[in-house]
Amino acid sequence: MEMLIDCQNMSVGYEGQTVINDLSFTVNTGDFLSIVGENGSGKTTLMKTLLGLKTPQSGKIVYGDGLKAAEIGYLPQQTALQKDFPATVKEVVMSGRLSKRGLRPFYGKADKARAEEDMKLMDILPLAARSYRELSGGQQQRVLLARALCATEKLLLLDEPVSGLDPSAMQDMYETIYRLNRERGVTVIMITHDLNGALRYSKQILHMEGGMYFFGSVEDYRSSDIFHTMSTCDCRCCCDHHLNKGGRADA
Amino acid sequence: MLELLSYDFFLRALAVGALVSLCASLLGVSLVLKRFSMIGDGLSHVGFGALAIAAAMNLAPLHVAIPVVAAAAFLLIRISSRGKMSGDAAIAICSSGALAVGAVILSQTGGSADISSYMFGSIMAITEEDLLLSVICSLIVIALFILFYSKIFAITFDGAFSKATGVKTELYDTVIALLTALTVVIGMRIMGALLISSLIIFPALSSMRIFKSFKGVTVCSAVLCEVCFLLGMEITCEADWPAGASVVIADLAAFLLFAVAGAVIKKVRKRSV
Repeated sequence: MEMLIDCQNMSVGYEGQTVINDLSFTVNTGDFLSIVGENGSGKTTLMKTLLGLKTPQSGKIVYGDGLKAAEIGYLPQQTALQKDFPATVKEVVMSGRLSKRGLRPFYGKADKARAEEDMKLMDILPLAARSYRELSGGQQQRVLLARALCATEKLLLLDEPVSGLDPSAMQDMYETIYRLNRERGVTVIMITHDLNGALRYSKQILHMEGGMYFFGSVEDYRSSDIFHTMSTCDCRCCCDHHLNKGGRADA
Repeated sequence: MLELLSYDFFLRALAVGALVSLCASLLGVSLVLKRFSMIGDGLSHVGFGALAIAAAMNLAPLHVAIPVVAAAAFLLIRISSRGKMSGDAAIAICSSGALAVGAVILSQTGGSADISSYMFGSIMAITEEDLLLSVICSLIVIALFILFYSKIFAITFDGAFSKATGVKTELYDTVIALLTALTVVIGMRIMGALLISSLIIFPALSSMRIFKSFKGVTVCSAVLCEVCFLLGMEITCEADWPAGASVVIADLAAFLLFAVAGAVIKKVRKRSV
């Protein structure tokens, strides 16, 4: 098993305010790491740092296995302006090949073949000529996942891939990510609010909360203090959230 | 229109207008989709202020307007990408501020310049230099659009993803803003400061009613802007309406037509499913 990302005593912040303080963890080839924790705990900041969009204040990130920042497949959260954007599914998926093109302006045969392959893998090939804005939320996420796969098969960074999806689309999305990880050996790092999904599908957990971090396997996490203090309150909310789609039964 | 074609000033206006329309419509696709529709409007008001200053100081209008408007475009993109102030607020401040400065200067220097021709444009105002500049500007815009088409698509659709895959999104944003500035400055001589932004907004918005691919919208915008410009010029010649306003009215008519057509197509498709 080869080391892919080694994050050593890293601190990151904005304009003097530290958001992430002294965080260390490693990701190896084939891992499925879920990053959980409450809002404002630095999950998205961590992802931006991994993507090379932010520089750590101290500590460092070592990329192994010849990994470059541009070789990370990224699934960002959807933005409001994509809702009425005129683009076909094919156009969106093809744009994942951009980082491979360098300065060459046009897509070649290999790019088209790769895009087709990834659309097939994501079950969206029949939708290729459809407009992105006409698709359901689950289908849109599949399109964005296919685009991320077009960029790389080494490592996927997923930012809230199931948020806003209905329960069956959510299940579908998880199964798809799970298959990519277990069958094709794609390394996955996923930010999520859905603790149940994280526990069920991933192999490692990074829990971030108020400057405290837990990093370890799912089994270790289940028996950790941080999980138990939380499972009495937060986790129940998560479960309720999962079942009632936002309904908060009790606190 | 045919008899006017023998006049040099009219030919120049036609050529500059056609080229500027094309640039504006291509840039407009990206600007409209990125919610930057008003940037053309803001920049043209800055242009108005700059022209007033140029007139007061007896300088060549474009030599003042181009650098000033380019600087404003650069600032606007910077401010909104840093998130310190929202883009629309920054544009509003720029445009009303520059308009006020321009109005004060014109009132103090008195009558040396014709406010109405700045506001609503004039086909008589186009010089040889404008023609040369608009040819250069449109060559750059078209070359850039073809060479960087896939990057422009990616940046417009999803800035975060493009940035993560190593595309220098801020550089492209800045280049697009600078080209918009150049297009606005040249175009406002014909269209007028108040109306130039329609060239940026209308073709893209109309095309989006019907076409569902980025390529379709881009191509349709490019064709539509030329059709509307020529139609507007024809109205100007026949009915003696102001040129800028006629072009905008042609654009507006096209938009309504496309909106109705789009709604009909949607309904038919829904019924057939």
